[in-house]
Amino acid sequence: MSKPLISVRGLTKVFGDFTAVNGINFDVAKGESFGLLGPNGAGKSTTMRILAATSTRTSGTVEILDKDPEKFGPLVRAHLGIVPQEDNLDGELTVTENLFIYGRYFGLPKKFIKAKIEELLEFAQLEEKRDVKVQALSGGMKRRLTIARGLVSEPDILLLDEPTTGLDPQARHILWDRLFRLKEQGVTLVLTTHFMDEAEQLCDRLVVMDKGAIMAEGSPQGLIKQYSSKEVLEVRFGSDRNKEVAPQLSQMCERMETLPDRLLMYTEDGEKLLEQIAAAKLHPTTSLVRRSSLEDVFLRLTGRTLIE
Amino acid sequence: MNTGIDVPQIQRYGALYIASARLKSMSKWKAIIAAVDIGNPLFYLIAVGVGIGVLVEKGSGTSGTNGIKYIAFIAPALLANSAIAGVMDETVFPTIEGFKWRKLFFAQNATPITGRQIALGVYLSALCRAIFSVSVYYLLLIAFNVVEFGSSILLIPIAVLGGGAFGAIILYAAAKIEKDDQFFNILGRLVIMPMFLFSGTFFPLSSMPIYLQPIGWISPLWHATELGREAAFDYGISNLMVAVHLTFLSTLVAIGITLSMRQFERRLAK
Repeated sequence: MSKPLISVRGLTKVFGDFTAVNGINFDVAKGESFGLLGPNGAGKSTTMRILAATSTRTSGTVEILDKDPEKFGPLVRAHLGIVPQEDNLDGELTVTENLFIYGRYFGLPKKFIKAKIEELLEFAQLEEKRDVKVQALSGGMKRRLTIARGLVSEPDILLLDEPTTGLDPQARHILWDRLFRLKEQGVTLVLTTHFMDEAEQLCDRLVVMDKGAIMAEGSPQGLIKQYSSKEVLEVRFGSDRNKEVAPQLSQMCERMETLPDRLLMYTEDGEKLLEQIAAAKLHPTTSLVRRSSLEDVFLRLTGRTLIE
Repeated sequence: MNTGIDVPQIQRYGALYIASARLKSMSKWKAIIAAVDIGNPLFYLIAVGVGIGVLVEKGSGTSGTNGIKYIAFIAPALLANSAIAGVMDETVFPTIEGFKWRKLFFAQNATPITGRQIALGVYLSALCRAIFSVSVYYLLLIAFNVVEFGSSILLIPIAVLGGGAFGAIILYAAAKIEKDDQFFNILGRLVIMPMFLFSGTFFPLSSMPIYLQPIGWISPLWHATELGREAAFDYGISNLMVAVHLTFLSTLVAIGITLSMRQFERRLAK
C-alpha cells in the first residue's frame, strides 16, 4: 500500500476542561472515501477543522500530504478542498463571482479559474444560476455551490463536514449523486455525518465516533457484520406495554434494544421471529423486518441512537 | 496535485487578494457609498459655511482661529473625520460579519490565505475607502472655495493617516468582541461622538479646560486635524509638534495592525 494521504495518531483536542477529541488514530488512503460517523458533539467537526489545517491540536501527530498541518497551514491548505458545515458563501456576490474570488485565494491564474468555473457550474447543476446572487439560491443549491467552490483548486482531498444536514430528501439525493461522481473520479473524500444512510452510501471505510473517541472502524458492511445481526425486527406494542413484554421477547432473540417507542430485536431471520411472537400470543401493533444498518452498530456500541 | 498553486506567491500577495475581494463587495454598494461620501460633506459645508460660520465670525471674527475663516478652520477636521467614518464602515462591519454573521473569514482561511493576511487585507481595503471619501471631500472643499489647491493637497494623506490610525485600533476591537449587541451603540455614542466634539474640531483644543484636553491628546482626530491645519494654512505649529502628531498616528497604526493580525489568527484557529 502506498503512503496514506492523511495519517492521524493520538490526536487530542481539549477546550478548557472539555476533551472534544480524545486520542484518535486513523489513516486515509489516496482515492478512498472515508467517513467519521457519530452524533452531534462526538468530536467530528473538531477533527475536521484540524485536518483542514485551520485549528490547532492539543497533542498527537497529524500528517496530511506528508506535512504537519499546524506547521505548514498554507502549504497543506493549498491542496485541500473544504466544505464546511455552515455555508459561508458571500451572499452578496453571484455564483460565478464566489467561485472566481475563491480561486484567486489559491493564486490561480484568471484564465484557469474561468475555464474551471464552466466545468464546476455544470457539475453543480448551476449553469442557469451563474449570474444570480447567492442569497437567492435554495439550500441545496448553496450546498452544491459550496462543494463546487471547494473543487475550484483541484484539491487532492475534499473534506466535507455534514454535507447534507438541513437539506430536504430530494436535495440530499442530488448531492449524494454528485459526491458519488467525485468518488468515481478518484477524488479522496473525507466526510463527517450523523446520517447512517449517508455513511453507507458514500463511504468505503469509516470510523464510528462517540464522545471524542473512535468506537469502531471498518467498511459499512464489515461493521454491520461484526456488530449486528443480519436482520432486525422492530416491534411496537404501545409505549406502556413495550416494557411489559420486553423480558419475554428478549428470550426469543440474540439481542434486544429497548427504545422509548419501540423494541429492536436482532436476529438472522426476522419473519421467523415474528411468527414466534405471534405464536406466543403477543400481538404488536406494528412490526417491521429490515436489514441491519449502521444505526444498529452505533446503538450496539454506545447504547444510544445517532439522532437523539 | 494542482501544480498551478504557487504558495510563496500567495504568502506575498494574499492580503491584496483579500483587499480586492473586499473592494468587489464594496462596489456592490457603490451608489450608497457615493451618496454618503458626497452628501455628508455637502450638508456640513452648507450648514457650517453659511450658517454657523457666519454666526461665529459675527461674534468674534477670526481671532479665535488664528485668522482663518471658520469653515476653513474646521475643514481639516471634517476631512479627517470623514476618513475615520469611512475606515470604520469598512473595518467594523466586515470584521463582525466575517467572524460571526456570515463567517466569510473562515471560508477565506480554508485556502492558503492566513488570518494575518485577512486582517491586513480588510485594513487595506478600508484605507482605499478612506482615500475615496477624503478625495471627494477635498474636491468639494476646492469647489466651495474653502481651501486653495496647493499644499492643501496634503490634507488627503493626512486625513487618511488619521482614519488609518483609528481604524487599526477599531479593527482589533471588532475582531476581539464576541457579543456585538452593544458594540455599535457604545462605539457610536461613547467613542465617536465625544471624539468628534472634543478633538479641537470646532474650536482649538487649548480653549477647552485643561481637564478635558486629554481627550484630544489621545484622539487620532485631533492629531490629524492639527497636521491638516498646518499643511493647509501654515497654522503655526512647531516642527516638534508636527513630529509628535506624525509619530502618534504612525504608532497607533503599527500597534493596531500588529494586534489585529494576531487576533485574527487566534480567533480563526480556535
